[in-house]
Amino acid sequence: MALITQLNLTQPDDFYEALIDMHRDFDEAQSQAANAQLILLLANHIGDYATLMEAIRYAREGVDQPNPSAAQHAADAPRVAA
Amino acid sequence: MSSINYQTLSFEYRRCAEQDAVAAATDAARHPVIVVGAGPVGLATAIDLAQQGISVVLVDDDCSLATGSRAICFSKRSLDIFDRLGCGDRMVDKGISWNVGKVFLQDEMVYTFNLLPEAGHHRPAFINLQQYYVEGFLLERAQSLPNIDIRWKSKVVGLQQHGEPGSADAFVTLTVETPEGEYALRGRYVVAADGSRSPIRNMMGLDSKGRVFKDRFLIADVKMEAEFPSERWFWFDPPFHPNQSVLLHRQPDNVWRIDFQLGWDADPALEKTPERVLPRVRALLGPDVKFELEWVSVYTFSCLRMERFRHGNVLFVGDAAHLVSPFGARGANSGFQDAENVAWKLAMVLDGRAPDALLDTYASEREYAADENIRNSTRSTDFITPKSPVSRTFRDAVLKLARKHPFARQLANSGRLSVPAVLRDSALNSADNDGFEGKMVPGASCVDAPVLSNGAPAWLLAQVGNAFTGVIFCGNDGIDAATQRALKALQTGSIPFRVVVVASHGIRHAVHDLEDAIVLEDAEGLAWSRYDATPGTFYLIRPDQHVCARWRTFDATQVDAALKRALCVEGVA
Repeated sequence: MALITQLNLTQPDDFYEALIDMHRDFDEAQSQAANAQLILLLANHIGDYATLMEAIRYAREGVDQPNPSAAQHAADAPRVAA
Repeated sequence: MSSINYQTLSFEYRRCAEQDAVAAATDAARHPVIVVGAGPVGLATAIDLAQQGISVVLVDDDCSLATGSRAICFSKRSLDIFDRLGCGDRMVDKGISWNVGKVFLQDEMVYTFNLLPEAGHHRPAFINLQQYYVEGFLLERAQSLPNIDIRWKSKVVGLQQHGEPGSADAFVTLTVETPEGEYALRGRYVVAADGSRSPIRNMMGLDSKGRVFKDRFLIADVKMEAEFPSERWFWFDPPFHPNQSVLLHRQPDNVWRIDFQLGWDADPALEKTPERVLPRVRALLGPDVKFELEWVSVYTFSCLRMERFRHGNVLFVGDAAHLVSPFGARGANSGFQDAENVAWKLAMVLDGRAPDALLDTYASEREYAADENIRNSTRSTDFITPKSPVSRTFRDAVLKLARKHPFARQLANSGRLSVPAVLRDSALNSADNDGFEGKMVPGASCVDAPVLSNGAPAWLLAQVGNAFTGVIFCGNDGIDAATQRALKALQTGSIPFRVVVVASHGIRHAVHDLEDAIVLEDAEGLAWSRYDATPGTFYLIRPDQHVCARWRTFDATQVDAALKRALCVEGVA
């Protein structure tokens, strides 16, 4: 099961607004806690280890390579499932 | 017997033959094996070797057993090993058997696990037993064996290896310091079971590398009458010890182990004082419970491993070779697995039945196992003692989710308790080609099952091990004459070999030509199901009760090749 990187959200703008809204009135620590719980809930829903590893790799690359064109290049490169 | 106070026993130094051999630099006896360190792993190694006919000299720098309860959790696999070593009943009779663990967040239980959810096993998932009893029972077993020479107050202060490593004339000279001076002790092989600070390792300029964890824990063993069940209880952030973890275990003699996380900033000397310990214990037990402090210790821990467990004719076992955090009970329990692994291989090499290269597989198999134990232990430790703010955030998120959402309960890691490593990739295994289900893959240690022996209840594991064992599952059609002849040839061959017939219920065919075979009846069908057996299924099992090959039908040529492979004998196709 490859990670879906094309748009898959049924209500993308609504989702994004709700994601930001989840943090309403939270301080930094509370936001971190909510994010962590959200990640764990979503990860369990996905379940498949290889898919999760792919997502973790993209997230890591996105921060390790702040140059957007380089990150895009990496995302486009052919991949071998881990 | 249990009135013996094993903590205060003291053993006498005795002069040995080597000390009277005047200037016998080269003439002194060369022992087959010298085991250094009479702790639990050294004792188990010595007993296992002696049972397999190898004379052992066991030296120890001290003259007493463990002080304090120390390691207390002994796993099912260790109990199976103790059974084979002839002291399982004493351990289990004295120990507290348990299978269930509970994990609490604050004052709420969030997760419970049963480590042995099925019936039909001789031994429980764990017993709790103070280390001094384990050492005492092992020592009494060792003392009953005529071919173990135990030398107390004999400290190894020097080590020299001679000869071409791997050759038959390679040996080791130890310089042993005694109250009457030093002497030279020579052995073909040395098993270093001399503990986490291993003087032998240091003498050889070797080290054990890994991670040191920045946290301190307090062990308070308290004696009291209490109503807690015989279970492992682990609290994250309990009201009686906020922001830290606490672990509770029941031990024999009304002793309870309470393990409090203190944090890195705690002062170890101060935290050991009764003024600091008593209020912590009272906070857990309540103000009215009467108890006495039995033993108090503040500890830190590391996960370390030697890069290689074999150096020439010196083999490292137990804490000398690898060290884990206590969460998961993977220290002493993995040490006993080292002992059973090295013992039969040494016996085969010393008896001339296998080349020295077999001992290389002790190192490769147990290095693999050590990695698995360290990985599990490190994960538990990272969960209990998060190393970074983000690690702490995720840990707390798991625990918060665990209250409501079942999936998160499995992620709450208070210790993944010791199970034997499956040596799946061992070079001693033969490929599994016949299509089997279940856990008894080549490299796995055998699981037990209830059977009947001459109509009386017995256990499968009691009939397996100490020698190579062939287990054949026999159905309605019995065992054909050609197979019986081939099994008989194995029984009378150059490698000691035992044949066990596991007949399905109601089938107790006379196994005509196999008068030396052990015939068991699988009254409950559990041996057949646990080994995924069909009529004619054959398992080849190592002296340490690990599966090395299995087939749906017996084939003498394949069995012979698998036996050679399991002994590293050249010429295996």
